[in-house]
Parts: sequence; C-alpha cells; structure tokens
Amino acid sequence: MTTDNKDRPGAAASPFLDFEKPIVELERKIAELEQLASVQKISVDEEVKKLSEKADKLRKDIYSKLTAWQHVQLARHPLRPYTTDYIGEMSDDFMELHGDRAFADDPSIVGGLMSLDDKRIVIIGHQKGRNTKENLLRNFGMPHPEGYRKARRLMKLAEKFDLPIVTMIDTPGAYPGIGAEERGQAEAIARNLREMSGLTVPILSVVIGEGGSGGALALGVGDRILMLEYAIYAVISPEGCAAILWKNQEKNKDAAEALKLTSRNLLELGVIDRVIDEPVGGAHRDPKTMAAELKRVIYEELDYLQHFEPAKLVEKRRAKYMNMGFFAEDSA
Amino acid sequence: MSWFKRTKKSVKAAEKKTLPDGLWQKCDFCNEILFAKELEKQLWVCSKCGYHFMIDTDKYIDILCDPGSFEETHRGIHPMDPLQFKDLKKYEQRIKESVKKTGREEAVVTGFARIQGRDVVLSIMDFGFMGGSMGSVVGEKVARAIGDATDHRRPLIILSRSGGARMQESILSLMQMAKTCAALSRMSEARIPYISILTNPTTGGVTASFASLGDVVIAEPRALVGFAGPRVIQQTIRQELPEGFQRSEFLLEHGMVDMICPRGKLRQTLEGLLSFLCVQIAETTQEAEKDEEDSSAVS
Ligand SMILES: [Zn+2]
Repeated sequence: MTTDNKDRPGAAASPFLDFEKPIVELERKIAELEQLASVQKISVDEEVKKLSEKADKLRKDIYSKLTAWQHVQLARHPLRPYTTDYIGEMSDDFMELHGDRAFADDPSIVGGLMSLDDKRIVIIGHQKGRNTKENLLRNFGMPHPEGYRKARRLMKLAEKFDLPIVTMIDTPGAYPGIGAEERGQAEAIARNLREMSGLTVPILSVVIGEGGSGGALALGVGDRILMLEYAIYAVISPEGCAAILWKNQEKNKDAAEALKLTSRNLLELGVIDRVIDEPVGGAHRDPKTMAAELKRVIYEELDYLQHFEPAKLVEKRRAKYMNMGFFAEDSA
Repeated sequence: MSWFKRTKKSVKAAEKKTLPDGLWQKCDFCNEILFAKELEKQLWVCSKCGYHFMIDTDKYIDILCDPGSFEETHRGIHPMDPLQFKDLKKYEQRIKESVKKTGREEAVVTGFARIQGRDVVLSIMDFGFMGGSMGSVVGEKVARAIGDATDHRRPLIILSRSGGARMQESILSLMQMAKTCAALSRMSEARIPYISILTNPTTGGVTASFASLGDVVIAEPRALVGFAGPRVIQQTIRQELPEGFQRSEFLLEHGMVDMICPRGKLRQTLEGLLSFLCVQIAETTQEAEKDEEDSSAVS
C-alpha cells in the first residue's frame, strides 16, 4: 500500500472497530513477545503458540458470525484499501486520464489506462480519501455528474480501442447537492446504465467497499459482477433506510439486516456472480495479499470474457439484466 | 415559504389519491376554492395558479389516448417478497394495503393505445401504490413495455411519477434501473421514438434510469423532478434550497428537459412529436415488409 500505518488516520487513536480490538490487542502482544525474545535471546515459543491459538479462535468466533452492520463497518473501514491502492499494487504503469470534456474533472472517480501483466485495460473506480484533506478533494467518494460523464467517456474510449473495462465500486452514493442536481445527476447515471448495456467490450465490475445505490450502479453494469467478501451493496444506506422506514436513524442495524446487503446475500439472490475472499479480518489487515488475489481474479475473469464475440457479449449482458428481479406471474 | 414545504403538503394530499366527492375542491398550492366540475373540465389544473393536481392513471389514459383505444398488457404480475423485508410493517402488508387502496396490482400500468389514430405503447406509473416505487414488478413491466415498443415498432410513451427505487426489495430494486436501461439500449438501436413525461413528483431511481432517457423529455409544469429528494439535499448541505429548486422550470433552465407542457396540451404535443418522429418507423417497417415479400418470393 501507499501509506504506512503512521500516516493513516487515527493512528494515534485506534482506527480499529470495537469487535476488532481484542484481536488486534492479542496480535500486538504476540509481536511484543517476539521482539522481546529476539532482543533478549530467550525462547517464548510456548507463550507465542498459546497466544496465537487464542487469537485464531477469537478470529474464527468473531468473523464467523458477523452481523450485517459489522459488514457495513468493515466495508467503510478507515483503513480499507481504495481504488488507487489496488491500482498501485496491481500495476506500475497506470496512466490517469482526467475530465468529462464538459464541465470539470471529478476526483471522486478515477480512471485511466493500465496494464495487467500482458493485458491492456481501462480501469475506472470511485475514490475515497484517507484523511480530511483527501476527502475534501475526493468528496468522500461521492461523485457529481461530471464524474459519471468522465467514466462514460473513458468507457467509450475503451470500446473504440477494444480494451476491456474494469470498474471498482466504492461509494456511499452519488452526491446529493445543488450543483449535482443542476448538472443532471439523474441523467448522468441513467445514461451510463444505458450506454454500459450496449458497450461491445468486456466489462468487469468489482464492489470493493461500499456499493451505495444508483451512484454505485452507474459504474456497475458489467458482464460479471464481483464483490469482495466484506463489501456491501444496497439500494440505500442503512442509515437512510432507517430514517425513512423506521423513522428513526438509530435503527440502522435493523435496516442493515433487512436490506440483505452482504456479498453472500447478493450471491444467494443471484445478483452477483462471485465473492472474492478477503484475508482474515478483512482487506485492511493485509492489503498486499488482497490486491494480489484481486488481480488474480480480475485476470482470470477477463480471460473468460475475452472469449466472447462483441455482439454475443452485449446480448448476454442485456439478458443478464433483463432477468434480474423476483415476481409472481398468473398463468394465462 | 419554500417550494419544498409546499411539496410535502401536496404529496400528502395526493396520497389520498382521489379527490373528495364534494362540490368544491381546495387548490393544494394557492388554496383557491375551486368548483369541482370546473376543475374536472380543466383536467385537474387550478384555474387560478396552474397547479396540476395529481390524478389517477385512468384519467391520464382518458386525457392522452383515443377513446376506448387503451388495452392493458402484462396484467397478473405480482410482487414477491424475496428478502422477507420487515420494517415497522411487513412488506407483504404494505403491498396488500396498496392493492386495496389503489385497486391496482402494482405501481405501473402498461398497454397498447392509439393517439390520434397512431398505435403507441403507453406506460403510466401510479404514485398511490407505495409512492410509485420501482421494485421487480415495475421494472419487469416497464422493460416489457419497452420490448413491446421495440418488437412491434411502435413509439413508446412513459409517464412517470415515483419516489424512486423500492427500498423493500433493496438490491433487486436497484437492478431494475439497469434492467429498464438495458431494454432501452436495445430499443434505441432499433430507432424507435421514446417520449418520457415527467410529472409531480419523479425522483430517485426512476429519474436516474428510464425517465431521463427519452428521445424527448416533457415535464408537466412545476413538477418536482430530481435525483436526490429535497430533504436529503437539505440535510447534506445544511442550507436553504433556492426558490423553485428541482421544479420543471428549473430543469428546463438547466437543460434537463426539452419542454414544459401543461396537461391540457400533452396530447396535442405528443401527436405533433410522434407524427414528426415516426416517419422513420413507417419507412423502416415498409422496408422490412418489402424484404419479407422479396424473401418469400425467392423461396
Ligand atoms: Zn391554485
């Protein structure tokens, strides 16, 4: 990753979630013991083994029964790798392209050209900020219409030069503001949905963190939709849902449960195609391993998608979306 | 007084769906007392301020289509509850109540119709059914209507009014946005005209999908149209919203709609647009028929 722990937000205060803390605490103890051992040349193997076993058990206990709300917390974890972190790990020749050619460059969506080993791709993703300064720039990963229009421009460029498209989804949602409405937030999203369903190159979409409603979907009409294990994807945030349906924002945990927003939920509903396992404790506990696994999966998926003729690809993609949804139909 | 507060009131009034049977009706916007019979003659538009009352789907069918020409399609498609969603109430219960209240199966009606003798596919949303929200059924019916227009080579008209995607179907509702747009992508390639009519209110996932993608987009006067709802925006930016924000006139000014058309002129406007845009369809259809004749002659 691009940042050391010391540069990360809340390095002074703990950035870890309450349910992570006992594990992190144990890991710290083990590391201390090992350091002590190497300095004082004494054996602590027995002690370390005991603590490690305890940590393993704790991890298993906690991560085998995460609540929906805990998934939400992991998906929004302040240390979670973002789009540019993955890009940096997966390739050393990313060339960012800017601007929608109409109004502005929106830094809450990044996009550009990059190599993935021997493949050339166009990559586009939401981008959150790691600290206050970055978040001012990135608008907390909440795009304006120009972000979606930049994305569409880059997708058209990909189509023109026959390059597959990889999108990374990680946004609380499209930004709700005056300028966004003035410049047609709804139209920008809608047009992406329609254009993406007609593009003649492969589109692979990966939800890497937060999949927040239409603002996420506007990068998400893919031939294959993947999710990282602790990513979430829903029509509205649990807080927004609680405020509207429960008329009480405190009910966010109930709303998170009801919205069925985890990767496993979505796989069961047939909305996504594949869940990519995260390292124990989540992507932020071992970003390098996560990035390597993500890269491997993206490569494998693109290999598969590149088998299809363009017309077949479009037909399959449209059929995939035409089949989304559950309803009961009276027999004629 | 901001527009936003007035909207809230008018939406509430609209949820009662039908106007009370009294002789007199108060305008939700300017409080003018209107004679009900006269209001009906004016197509439920306030004669004093031009406020467009929310009206029932059947009334729009009468206003837009040749008498008796509307044939409903895709009946008998009902919502399921795949998420077993329950907030303060069960989703199942909310559906039952909406069916009872509106007498409709879901928040959209689709059909074949004629406008000044021209065959069209028409789809009208119903705000009274769970706020006109789009779940799997609305997505399916709209997608099928788009498919009908494409396959029968008839122009498509969708009249929208919706609070957006239906929360109770979460990700499945969201995917209906992609589904309807995928159908429109195919239709667009077939070069069939699509006219989208935005009425009060149209927001969220419906605006951010098929409603914004008309070849021509028409809005009724003063309709609230936007992506995010005014309340959400206000809570986010923590300042007063400008006068007229997210109203049809605001959208016209910012280039988001082609025109504002009062209800009384909708039919005439549609006819004008269709007669202009459908020349293409007629020619293509004739060519297709000719091709068919030619090929049958060969075999
Ligand atoms: Zn009035």
